[in-house]
Amino acid sequence: MGKPQTIIEKIWEKHVVHQEEGKPDLLYIDLHLVHEVTSPQAFEGLRLSNRKVRRPDLTYATMDHNVPTQNREVIKDKVSKKQMETLQENCKEHGIKLADMFHPDQGIVHVIGPQLGLTQPGKTIVCGDSHTSTHGAFGALAFGIGTSEVEHVLATQTIWQERPKTLNVKVEGELGPGVTAKDLILAIIAKFGVRFGTGYVIEYTGQAVRNLSMEGRMTVCNMSIEAGARAGLISPDEKTIEFLKGKEYVPDGDAYKQLADSWLQLATDEGAKYDKTVTIKAEDIEPQVSWGTNPGMCVPISGKTPDLNEVDYREDVERALEYMGLDENQPITSIEIDHVFIGSCTNSRLNDLQKAASIVDGRKVKENVRAIVVPGSFSIKMQAEKEGLDMIFKKAGFEWREAGCSMCLAMNDDIVPPGGRCASTSNRNFEGRQGNGSRTHLVSPEMAAAAAIEGHFVDVRKYAGVPS
Amino acid sequence: MEAIKKHKGLVYPLNRTNIDTDQIIPKQFLKRIERTGFGQFLFYHWRFDDNGNKRQNFALNKEAYEGVTILLAGENFGCGSSREHAPWALLDYGFRVIIAPSFADIFYNNALKNGIIPIQLDEEQIGEWMKQAEETSMSLDIDLINQQITDSAGNNISFHIPAYHKEKLINGWDEIALTLKHEDKISAYEVR
Repeated sequence: MGKPQTIIEKIWEKHVVHQEEGKPDLLYIDLHLVHEVTSPQAFEGLRLSNRKVRRPDLTYATMDHNVPTQNREVIKDKVSKKQMETLQENCKEHGIKLADMFHPDQGIVHVIGPQLGLTQPGKTIVCGDSHTSTHGAFGALAFGIGTSEVEHVLATQTIWQERPKTLNVKVEGELGPGVTAKDLILAIIAKFGVRFGTGYVIEYTGQAVRNLSMEGRMTVCNMSIEAGARAGLISPDEKTIEFLKGKEYVPDGDAYKQLADSWLQLATDEGAKYDKTVTIKAEDIEPQVSWGTNPGMCVPISGKTPDLNEVDYREDVERALEYMGLDENQPITSIEIDHVFIGSCTNSRLNDLQKAASIVDGRKVKENVRAIVVPGSFSIKMQAEKEGLDMIFKKAGFEWREAGCSMCLAMNDDIVPPGGRCASTSNRNFEGRQGNGSRTHLVSPEMAAAAAIEGHFVDVRKYAGVPS
Repeated sequence: MEAIKKHKGLVYPLNRTNIDTDQIIPKQFLKRIERTGFGQFLFYHWRFDDNGNKRQNFALNKEAYEGVTILLAGENFGCGSSREHAPWALLDYGFRVIIAPSFADIFYNNALKNGIIPIQLDEEQIGEWMKQAEETSMSLDIDLINQQITDSAGNNISFHIPAYHKEKLINGWDEIALTLKHEDKISAYEVR
């Protein structure tokens, strides 16, 4: 028996193409996901230097960031239209599979990867998008890259990477009823800060993590980047292999069995050492609401905005409160919202929609609140409609849309107006993220649904019908 | 990428922590398919009001900071989105050096790929320069080869940068061409 290893070390070692003292390692990339926003300059770079895409078969593209979520036949924004046409042309020229706006596999890139079974344990996965960490939920080493790196991967199917340090985020105990994966990751970031993961790859461990559904695990890994870590992952287990069974790009029969066995072997060995370990108690976690302008500025629903006399970086906190139009020591439940967004690569999967619908069922969206649901993929939308979730949402007064990134970053028409305040299931509450001057509060789908009905934040656990 | 061995320039102090790439270049400008011309949109909503007029209370708009090329900032500069449009905008505006106590991982890499020198220094030193640059026009002289910064008072401060990053910056190398020197190994990996 060799030295016990973490899953991070196991995947890394399998992918080293070239190693040299004092330099980063050259890593092979198993899956390169591409979308319309961060790829055009990379393809242009290839063209200028007369290079080809080395492995179109390991590359998969979709349109998500600026696709309209209604009236797709007419794209009013000419610059967006051009960007999408450019992706189409680039994929055609280089023989890359593309799920375009009208394709049944279209959706948010981090939703469709797992849904199609392109995402698999042990793979190295990159995409020109920081939320690529989502795929880590399956025990893949997945991270976001810039456009120069997109070009590099297109041309060489490799990337230079410094061996990351390993960070074990251990979640002890179990989450209480009505406390979700979103609350868990927000609480982790609130406790340890928005840069505690910088330079690390996170592995999430502990009973509460094991108990999460695959959807919940994706939510947690998705926001690793908000803790500063390029990648976050979870060792594969029976849930992982069960989820992937029968997916389009996963082989079946004996080949599946063999693969599944090898996937389970990837899990971190007993006794493996991490460079750093932090622990958090799941029982202590309440539903979370962000109050400020970065994801670490987050408190439990029973909490208040900070007291200016008790904070580090007072100026930053003051600025954040001012931008958010909030007072210090203001109870979270007193914050009234006028927008609700249920969607994004963090929380737009079927399970998220089911949970939100269970809160909404038979109720009405508060007057003067605009609430929208944007499923993560066309396939999720179809499944949700089959289950009648669309009708539950629509009857309550929600808008029901086509799949895309939508109001998470407001590159399409789904924009929160200046001064508007949104309960959002997305991942970033940066200034202007959902529209210039918009104010974002990050919450779980259940909390967003409850806020839509009450018009302000409430503890969803007190709500009848809360799923436990 | 343009090679950079040394750089002398005026400093712009931006005393904020966790400056995310959404602030550096807001999303509405990410729809373009070019790599150039993003400087006009840098820190857009901090520089301009809703009518597109310059905000007088944002220091970068002041005459004193015209022609700045070195940015001083707080912890965790460039966090958030992986958009390389952020370093494109900084570079196009004129910034060649960014000095901060820490950088977000993706931004750090993206800056290097574009010939921007990201320099990590302790908070105290940055704080001192920050104060000085807020009061009066200040320049710094950066010598990448010797990894030294000389300030206007003649103090020499050394900084760390990994040797392979430094080598690429001072030579302005095309990384893809370097990688393709290992083409045999990539091919061997693919058949194993």
